[in-house]
Amino acid sequence: MDLRTTYMGLKLKSPIVVSACTLSEEVGNIVQMEDAGAGAVVLFSLFEEQLKKEEAKYEAIVSSTSNMFAEASDFFPSLDEYHKGSDQYLEIIRKAKEKVKIPIIASLNGITNEGWIHYAKQMEQAGADGLEVNIFFIPADVHLSTSAVEYRYLNIIDELKATVKIPVAVKLNPYFSAMGNMAKRMQEYKADALVLFNRFYQPDFDINKLTLLHNLQYSESNEIRLPLLWIALLYGRVPISLAATTGVQSSIEVIKYILAGADIAMTASALYKNGIGYLKTMNKELESWMMTKGFENIDAFKGTMSQQHISDPTGYERANYIKVLESQK
Amino acid sequence: MPNKNKLIATIDGNEAAAYVAYRVNEICAIYPITPSSTMAELADEWSAKGIKNIWGNVPDVLEMQSEGGAAGTVHGALQTGALTTTFTASQGLMLMLPNMYKIAGELTATVFHIAARSLAAQGLSIFGDHQDVMAARTTGFAILGSASVQEAHDFALIAQAATLRSRIPFMHFFDGFRTSHEVNKLELLSDEQIKSMIPDEYVFAHRKRALNPDHPFIRGTAQNPDVYFQGRETVNKFYDDTAGVVNDAMREFEKLTGRKYELFEYTGAADAERVIIIMGSGGETVTETVNALTAAGEKVGVVQVRLYRPFSLEHFIKSLPASVKSISVLDRTKESGASGEPMYQDVLSTLVSALQQGKIKQLPNIVGGRYGLSSKEFTPAMVKAVYDELKKDHPKNNFTIGINDDVTHTSLTYDESYTLDESEWRQGLFFGLGADGTVGANKNTIKIIGENTDLYAQGYFVYDSKKSGARTVSHLRFGPKPIRAPYLISKADFIAAHQFNFTEKVEMLNFIKPGGTFLLNSPFNKEEVWDKLPGSVQQEIISKKLLFYIIDANTVAKDTGMNGRINTIMQTCYFALSGVLPKEEAIEQIKHAIEKTYTKKGRAVVEKNFEAVDATLANLFEVTVPATASSIGKMLAVVGNDAPDFVKDVTAKMMSGHGDELPVSKMSIDGTYPSGTTKWEKRNISDQVPLWEPDLCIQCGNCAFVCPHSVIRAKFYNEGFLKNAPDGFQSAPINSRGFPETKYTLQVYAEDCTGCNLCVEVCPASDPVNRSFKAINMTEKEPDPLKIKKQISFFEDLPWNNRSEINFSTVHGAQFMEPLFEFSGACAGCGETPYIKLLSQLFGDRLLVANATGCSSIYGGNLPTTPWTMNAAGQGPAWSNSLFEDNAEFGLGMRMTADHQLAMAHRLLKQLAPQLGDALVQEIMDAPQLQESEIAAQRARIELLKEKLLNINEAAAQHLLSVCEQLVHRSVWLVGGDGWAYDIGYGGLDHALASGKNINILVLDTEVYSNTGGQSSKSTPTAASAKFASAGKRGGKKDLAMQAVSYGNVYVARIAFGANPQQTMLAMREAEAYDGPSLILAYSHCIAHGYDLKDGLTQQNNAVASGYWPLMRYNPVLRVKKLNPFILDSTRPEIPLKEFAYKELRYKVLTQTNPVEAEELMTLAQEMVNLRWKNYEELATKTASDFTPVA
Repeated sequence: MDLRTTYMGLKLKSPIVVSACTLSEEVGNIVQMEDAGAGAVVLFSLFEEQLKKEEAKYEAIVSSTSNMFAEASDFFPSLDEYHKGSDQYLEIIRKAKEKVKIPIIASLNGITNEGWIHYAKQMEQAGADGLEVNIFFIPADVHLSTSAVEYRYLNIIDELKATVKIPVAVKLNPYFSAMGNMAKRMQEYKADALVLFNRFYQPDFDINKLTLLHNLQYSESNEIRLPLLWIALLYGRVPISLAATTGVQSSIEVIKYILAGADIAMTASALYKNGIGYLKTMNKELESWMMTKGFENIDAFKGTMSQQHISDPTGYERANYIKVLESQK
Repeated sequence: MPNKNKLIATIDGNEAAAYVAYRVNEICAIYPITPSSTMAELADEWSAKGIKNIWGNVPDVLEMQSEGGAAGTVHGALQTGALTTTFTASQGLMLMLPNMYKIAGELTATVFHIAARSLAAQGLSIFGDHQDVMAARTTGFAILGSASVQEAHDFALIAQAATLRSRIPFMHFFDGFRTSHEVNKLELLSDEQIKSMIPDEYVFAHRKRALNPDHPFIRGTAQNPDVYFQGRETVNKFYDDTAGVVNDAMREFEKLTGRKYELFEYTGAADAERVIIIMGSGGETVTETVNALTAAGEKVGVVQVRLYRPFSLEHFIKSLPASVKSISVLDRTKESGASGEPMYQDVLSTLVSALQQGKIKQLPNIVGGRYGLSSKEFTPAMVKAVYDELKKDHPKNNFTIGINDDVTHTSLTYDESYTLDESEWRQGLFFGLGADGTVGANKNTIKIIGENTDLYAQGYFVYDSKKSGARTVSHLRFGPKPIRAPYLISKADFIAAHQFNFTEKVEMLNFIKPGGTFLLNSPFNKEEVWDKLPGSVQQEIISKKLLFYIIDANTVAKDTGMNGRINTIMQTCYFALSGVLPKEEAIEQIKHAIEKTYTKKGRAVVEKNFEAVDATLANLFEVTVPATASSIGKMLAVVGNDAPDFVKDVTAKMMSGHGDELPVSKMSIDGTYPSGTTKWEKRNISDQVPLWEPDLCIQCGNCAFVCPHSVIRAKFYNEGFLKNAPDGFQSAPINSRGFPETKYTLQVYAEDCTGCNLCVEVCPASDPVNRSFKAINMTEKEPDPLKIKKQISFFEDLPWNNRSEINFSTVHGAQFMEPLFEFSGACAGCGETPYIKLLSQLFGDRLLVANATGCSSIYGGNLPTTPWTMNAAGQGPAWSNSLFEDNAEFGLGMRMTADHQLAMAHRLLKQLAPQLGDALVQEIMDAPQLQESEIAAQRARIELLKEKLLNINEAAAQHLLSVCEQLVHRSVWLVGGDGWAYDIGYGGLDHALASGKNINILVLDTEVYSNTGGQSSKSTPTAASAKFASAGKRGGKKDLAMQAVSYGNVYVARIAFGANPQQTMLAMREAEAYDGPSLILAYSHCIAHGYDLKDGLTQQNNAVASGYWPLMRYNPVLRVKKLNPFILDSTRPEIPLKEFAYKELRYKVLTQTNPVEAEELMTLAQEMVNLRWKNYEELATKTASDFTPVA
């Protein structure tokens, strides 16, 4: 079976890709991911706030303790060599590139186009094959208009594309008034791929302590429907690479996503639950399913269930919804 | 632009000297001491970065446990052939003396670089004079003195060249602070120049003289009366040759660099009749003054002494003009009881010898004087006064200049208004706070101008003695020629006040020239600001015709995202207004500097700073100065009218910056000062202060317990007292049942608060709806100071609760005990002072404290005001600081006295029993003194005893009267930091513990040398970075607790008040109650740990929760009772070490600089934590017989 696929111009040996998660903080894990058959690895995210906060915190500590008293002009050994979080990140890219052959996609998580875009260049220079930018923005300000939110996304893409030559994927959320049009505009701003979708951090309450609960839960397989819908809708309509993320617990979800039109499907929670070696199982299961169905390669079934290809494209639109509702009666 | 062929730098004297010393040595063994620490720190930093010496090797730098240790290591390294140096000052040099005799006696080539500093006498001083160097002048070391930053650089090389050639070891010194910390523009020596002064043949010769088992010999024999004397005389010819060697080196240096120096450098009229002889930076001032005086036709001259030892008669005589009639030798030292200071004696004896040898025809009139002790200002006006004195037929000998000695009348008067022509300079004075970045920005300004333009630059920075809210004054000069003015600016062209409230606290405009520019950081706009200024300030602006500008720097900083830092904004204003450079060029320079500094951080950061510069210029306004003053507001009174006379007459002068004006008669003759003077210094350094919410408060006392500055206090009282309560005075019913008429008040001393936030962090009571609103919250300070004062005054008048009725075993009870340590100058959020405050609350009325030098001796005893105070009965802690290294022994001595005099009192009581009454005598002698009620009863008995003794006319009664206060148990505490306990004072501490005496040792463990800037100690933990452990500390932290446990009869505890305050209290009380030695290791969070100290308690808790700092007590009393004396007070580790550690920059730094090493060290550190926990846990399960029996 030929599992090869192409994702934003990158040749991958498998459509199963490790999504941005803390497992990739260790280069040893990245090597294991390659060994287990990952098509590529999206590194853990470097957060805009983290970068800015760390810088500000470091500056604040050093400056607030310098030149305070006659006896101590400062309190820390000279920190010229102090590398910020980004330097560590770059080091991981470099090391990963030394140790593995699969593409390494760096990940930036930010909400503005200020002060952190230059890290993309550094990531490119460190050897990243691609860049995924996760625009994790909750427009909580009620005065913020729809178009302002949309331009925020487009500006970031614009700046990134002006900064780097490597392909750029945008990981985004589905909450746009016109998701399809938004995807098209992103492609027009030269985004190379869309990653559908990121999951917002959604707080819960502790009703006894009257506090917020900060627990992040792994995605479940039943969460794939929203990305599945939009991949199926966008496939073939917007000329852009599509990556599916959320809910990939086994090869079943991978298959579904590819059927909808995804070039790749990403997972992290399956690896947290079952270990990195589980990638091997997922690839094997994908292969045996393809064998059963007689698909020799990924392209043979990619997008075959998309809106373009299925016999009743309206099934993806409102009419299908009504059918579903009626079937519940 | 500067000459491209020359290496130009703007650096301070320490860096200038260390730059060369590092390049010509192979080993540096050091110990940090102000003001020399920077030299060693730089050497360590360069070594860590792999910077090589002139032979292509990276020098090894080793921090030792004391200067004594450093000198020993230097000696050993020298004896085995390494080129070795050290850097030190003051007491450090004193500790090196024994080795220095050895090194010199063995004719060993080395240079010690000294930032010369005062010696501790009636008080310690970190500032500069020559007392240390003069005390070491008998060691046999040559002494070469630098007078400027350039000389500190150049003489470091000349000294090295000379020591290798002459075999005589050298002290190369320069004035502490004045030169060591002055930033000046200088020409750097290239490595080629340095190398050409140090030919390999001398290095080989040095190595060849080394101990070597392949060619064995012995050195360091013990000698007998038959030969020792002759042995001492063998070295004479080397000393005879040294002056010539140094002179040759100076000539060689001159050829290489064009900079000419002489052993004795004469400047002045060829026919000078009056000559000053001087050494060190003061020589610069005299030289410049001589230039001015000779230009005015005066026949004066100066000899700057460069090589003081060996003192060369030939060279000295040659330097003096034959016309000289009178000489004044100025010594920057004091030798009490001598017929004159050392250099005066040298000059006198040299000239007498010269006369005897016929080398001069007649003896001039020679007098000696003292100047500049402890960095006392030495100005052209004072120089002129000395020359004027020399005009007299009988000039005063043994005089002082720069002070008013109204007791023994040694001082010369001088005309302060005399100044040199300063028209070529642009002089700026900047008043800021230690925390607002003013000094850093000014250092940056000097670099920008000094290194990018042809102008010369000089910067000197003055700090007050507080660690929180410290005021700084930066003195900056720029001019077209090298600036040789080692004295403060008295007439500035430009003055900037970086804080608005300085206008009512500091007399800044005294120091501005007429027509000068005054820049004020003002929250008020240009229309409003005038009326907000005190009348005296307005008057000064009008009468001096000042140009007055304002900027709202805080708003600009906020609007431009500068994280509230105003330094760049104020710096931009200076560039725009000062006229040092044309405005456009100045702004271009500052932007260029920003680009250079921030490019690495990205374009956006550069743009943000540019934006701040532009916004600054847009918000910088000139204020139209009205013709008359409108305000009747006055500068704030320094102290209240109710202050004692001494505070008003003396302390207040120091507080207001007029301490220099105090005459000798106003000073304590023996270093004794009154207790409790911080209460008079209302510093108002925080706008945010805690506000108590009585309705939410559960009266737990946590906030009062953790407050580092004793700003939060509690009392309970009968509600009847509230009848006359002032407006806004808060109270609540006490929450104990059964006391319906009792009220409780938690009082915040808002004027003394530093705004650290610890009280809010520790408060457990929150509003049920708004959880972030607590029973105590930080809020804007009440704007009416009178209202605050009235409330505090009313609270103070409420009686302190009877100590006999307070439950001492709880934190809740502790809040009602009066703190006898208050409002210190410690850092905001200090982790040490809560322990000290608790100590004062528990035992303050009978407490003797021996305090090792360090943070606690500075915030505990640095003038002008001191925090140890007394209760209404006039009882309180008696506190003293001896030295850094001897504190355990010092405290042990206090115990010896207490025990001896107690025994004497017992003996006399028995002897006088017939007159005193057997019952009283027996009661006094048998009195238990563990409970507060028992102490109170004993005090009452002693009062009765005193009364009786006054009526007994016997010598024995007089003796008993003089010692009977010892009959109330004295609580002797030896307090200090980990630098003392783990390192420099460890030997003494160990001996004191082994003594079996009833002493209590409190180690405030910050795990670094906090006072001198975060150098590593043996308490520094594995994996943390500190100075001298910048690559992360590999070795483990010493387990001092277990070392003490091994004695068996020592009470030992590890405490952390932020993790378990109850255990802290218990340990301190048990330690005090134990009749033997006690050691308490108190975990103290510190700014040197690198995080916001408002999280100090959380981090203490994390330290304990991770098992890094297990809480334990070892109580020998239990061992005697056949119980397990080892009690583990904390639970098993709940979090991994890294969860605690990586919240602190000291640990985090290594993960950034060397992540692989960080990981390895963290793993190692975790293993150590695991192992110690396992061991402690095992010990906690053993039986009494498993431990050393109590002797």
